[in-house]
This record gives sequence, structure tokens and C-alpha cells, in this order.
Amino acid sequence: MTKDECKQVVLDIIADIAPDEDLSNVKPEVRLRDQLQLDSMDFLDIVMELRKRHGIEVPEKDYQQLASLDSCAEYLTPKFDALAGKG
Amino acid sequence: MNTRSHYDVAIIGAGMSGLAAGIRLAHFGKKVCIFERHNAVGGLNSFYSIAGRKFDVGLHAMTNFVRPGVKGTPLGKLLRQLRIDRDEFALCEQKQSRIAFGPRGEVSLRFTNDFTAFESEVVAAFPAQADGFRKLVTAVRTFDDVSLDAAPVSAREVVRRHISDPLLEDMLFCPLMYYGSATEHDMEFGQFVIMFKALFLEGFARPFEGVRVVLRVLLEKFRAAGGERRMKCGVREIIAHAGRASALVLDGGDEITADHVISSIGAAETDRLVAEQAHAPTKAPRTLSFVETISILNRQPAELGWGNDTIIFFNDSSRFDYVQPIEQVDPRSGVICIPNNFDYGADRVLPEGIFRVTCLANYDRWARQPENDYQADKVRWFAEVQRSARRFLPPLAHDDALAVATVTTDMFTPRTITKFTGHFGGAIYGATVKHRQGRTSLDNLYLCGTDQGFLGIIGAMLSGISMANYHILQKG
Repeated sequence: MTKDECKQVVLDIIADIAPDEDLSNVKPEVRLRDQLQLDSMDFLDIVMELRKRHGIEVPEKDYQQLASLDSCAEYLTPKFDALAGKG
Repeated sequence: MNTRSHYDVAIIGAGMSGLAAGIRLAHFGKKVCIFERHNAVGGLNSFYSIAGRKFDVGLHAMTNFVRPGVKGTPLGKLLRQLRIDRDEFALCEQKQSRIAFGPRGEVSLRFTNDFTAFESEVVAAFPAQADGFRKLVTAVRTFDDVSLDAAPVSAREVVRRHISDPLLEDMLFCPLMYYGSATEHDMEFGQFVIMFKALFLEGFARPFEGVRVVLRVLLEKFRAAGGERRMKCGVREIIAHAGRASALVLDGGDEITADHVISSIGAAETDRLVAEQAHAPTKAPRTLSFVETISILNRQPAELGWGNDTIIFFNDSSRFDYVQPIEQVDPRSGVICIPNNFDYGADRVLPEGIFRVTCLANYDRWARQPENDYQADKVRWFAEVQRSARRFLPPLAHDDALAVATVTTDMFTPRTITKFTGHFGGAIYGATVKHRQGRTSLDNLYLCGTDQGFLGIIGAMLSGISMANYHILQKG
């Protein structure tokens, strides 16, 4: 999985969780909470949708890795690759 | 004989909080079953039919209404958490509401879903309180009201720091208590904030077809997510072992097991199900309960000359007593609801007129009446309650105009509430002690609903969501 694909995965999840948010101009380097109206319940759902849809586990201590799309990509891409490797 | 089934989560009660919890859990792949004793969903916000005519049990109005695009509020939060599109609820806004105090409602504060209208009314009626009122609103806006472990502070105490006129103070508390508070006289400031936002800073709305619309949406979400539901199947016992709920015994005698149990039926009501506590004497809690009279009319209430008021919170003197009545009913104060007065659109009105009046009632004074006395008491108090409410509405063209327009009536009492929901003491807002974190004496048994403490329809859904998230989903 490329980092761009990974960012799209996260954006797709956010689109389902928060359909009333405009995602067309999300800057990848800026914290998501500073650009979108997302609270801790929404971030919990991002984590849970990652598990549900992709089998990715994000422990609570790593939640801050999901702060921006760039940091999501950095953190999640290896996890996607590890899962793909096991397949 | 006994069929065993195992679930990840068993939910007791198919009211708003149980259904919302169920949706969250089912969506994230938990095997969930909701057990409901009644043959209808909705609990304290259910529905029924008489002679083919549909009635809502509790819904006067849904609070917490905000227009599309307003974010970060309870309504938006619950729509996101339950993956519901706001159009599915098809909410129609109130036209206007009123707080009316005095023998003829002489002091009146109008409010709408636009807060500036209420602010103007308060400032015009209480000019000396204008600055204090604005400071109170700021205190409300800046308070963190969803923390599950905030220390309790008296709302009266906080309000009195800013408002020095007891009439204005009581006029502010009246609607917030009726919509609602489980405690007499005062409430926690946190709860005051939640209700102030829900009623004044946000607002009222209702689907054209009432509570059924909301329940249909919730049921469909739950079903689509793979949730199971057993109706006419209550839980009669929770078997405990080593500090955990190990099995549930259903009304018919079957047993099921579950890793987690969420109960929406109330704290004391749940305690009573736990086998090891069955011998503990249950001291009847002091509860606040209500009667409600419903008149169905053959015309729109506005045609009677009653105007556009959606909800009227009334009190016939300058001092408001939110307290359990000594008599069966306290008709001095209450709530008038006219569901016709929501804005359903230019070419849509309810098929009949509806006039509902709610007053405080004493459960014990109703509970043990023999049937004949009970029916006679209902007739007596129906008339008293409606007579009281009519003082706060424009007088009718003729004395019997209401009687002539009335097609049928219905009434519920504290006894009706307990009969159909199982909540003790006819309680609509639960017991006075809340369990904000939803914990019980058993590690895997949690509370949601009125005794967890988020009240009202929106509150109940958020309660189920919060408890499902906090106790089960967040723990992986």
C-alpha cells in the first residue's frame, strides 16, 4: 500500500463517520482536528473502523499518531503492509 | 427445555438508550440481543393505538434541535455515532413556545429555536437582570457538560450569582425541570447546562408522524447491523458469580449468557434482577412522576383561537415548586403541548387537533387505588388539569367550545408509566442518584438511560452510545 492510498483509506472512513464534513481541501500535514469538526468520539470511530474494515489494531497509546493524514500514513502503511505480508 | 444462547452483549430494554447502544455494538461486529418485555419498542418514549388512532407516549418535542450545518452539538454527535442521516428523522421546527407565570400567565417569556428571541424577551421583561442573564449564558456556554466525573454543583447557587430576581430564576428553572429533572427544587449545574442548551440555545422539533419515525430509523439501523431483538421477552433474573453477571434468566424461563450486559430499565430495577440481591429490602425511592391528559380535537387548535404556541410551561404564581405533590396531582404548574404547532410545511397539518397537558403527580397516591376509584380519580383530575391549563391559553369563543371540538380523550398516570415501562414510582427521569459511569455491583453489568443520567430522547440515545463506547467498544 502506498502512503497516498493509505491517506485515502482514512479519508474514506472519515467520509462515512462525518458525512457532513467537506473533505475536498484537507491538508495532509495539518492536524485533522484543526481542519474538521472531529472530536474524541469520532477518533474512536476511526480506530474502530480501521479494525472493522481492515483488521488494523491501533492501541490507545498510539492514538496521537492519527493526528494528521501524513502521520496516519506514516503509522498505518507499515501495518497494512504487515497484514498483506501475512496473507 | 432450556435453550442456551450466548451473546457478546445482552441489552435489557428496547427504549431509546437500549436501541442506541445496540446499534453501536452491532455495527462494530458484536453479537447483540435486545430483550424487551413489552410488545412495543420505545420504553418511556413509546407509542400506542386506540381504535386505530395513533398516540405517542412521551414525545412532546425533541430537544437539541439545530439547523443543518451547525456542528459539535448532541444531535450531530448522535447522528454521526449511529450513522443516521438527519433527513431520516425529518424534524420539523417548533413555531414558538412560552414560559407563563402568574394566575393568568401575566408574565410571559416567549422563545423559539432562535436564541436571540428569548434573550430579547428576558431583557425586555427583566431589564435589571439583562447583564446577569448574559453572564449566566456565558457560564452555560463555557461549562464542560459531558465529563463523566465532574463534581456536583447546585444550579440554584450558580444561577443566583448572576440572577437576583427570584421570578426570573424560577421562570428559567421551570422548563428545564419539566424536560427534565429527577430532583426536586434544584438540580446539578451540569444538568442545568445540558437542559439550557437543549431547550434554549438549541431548540424543539418533531417528526410529522411523531416518535414512530425515530424508532423506525433506530430499529432499521439495528437490524441492518445484524442486531437481534426479542419482544415480549423480558429478563426476570440476572445470575451473578464472582462479581460478574454470568447468565440472564428470561421471562419464559430460558437462560442466555453474555460477556456484557447493558440494562436500561433503571438502577434499582436492575438491582432487583440480580439474584444475590433479591433478598435485600427494596426501599421505595422517592420519585417525581406525572399525569398527562390528551384531547383529540376535530379541528386545528389554532382554529379555537389558541394561537401558535407549541409548548407552554405554566405556573400560576411567582414561586415555582418542582416537588412531589402531597395530593394525587399538583395542577398549579405544568406543560401544555400542542403538537399541531410545529412547522410541518405549507401544505401539511396534523389530521386532528391534539392538546396535551402534563402535571406533577404522586405515584403512591395512584398506585394502590382500587380500579373503580382509579378510574374516578382519572376523570376528576382530567378536568382539573385541563381547567388549570386553560388559564394560560386565550379564552375560547364559547365555554363549551373545547368539549364540542373534542373527539376523544386519553390520560396516563404514574401507574400507567410503571405498568408499561417497569420503572419504579412512575419515574420518567429516573431516580435522584445518577450513575454517570453506568457502573453497578457487577463488573460486566452497566446502566444506560435515565439512571445513567442523560435525559430526554436525545439524552437517552447519547447515554446508550456513551455506555456502549465506554465499557465495551473502547476496551477492544
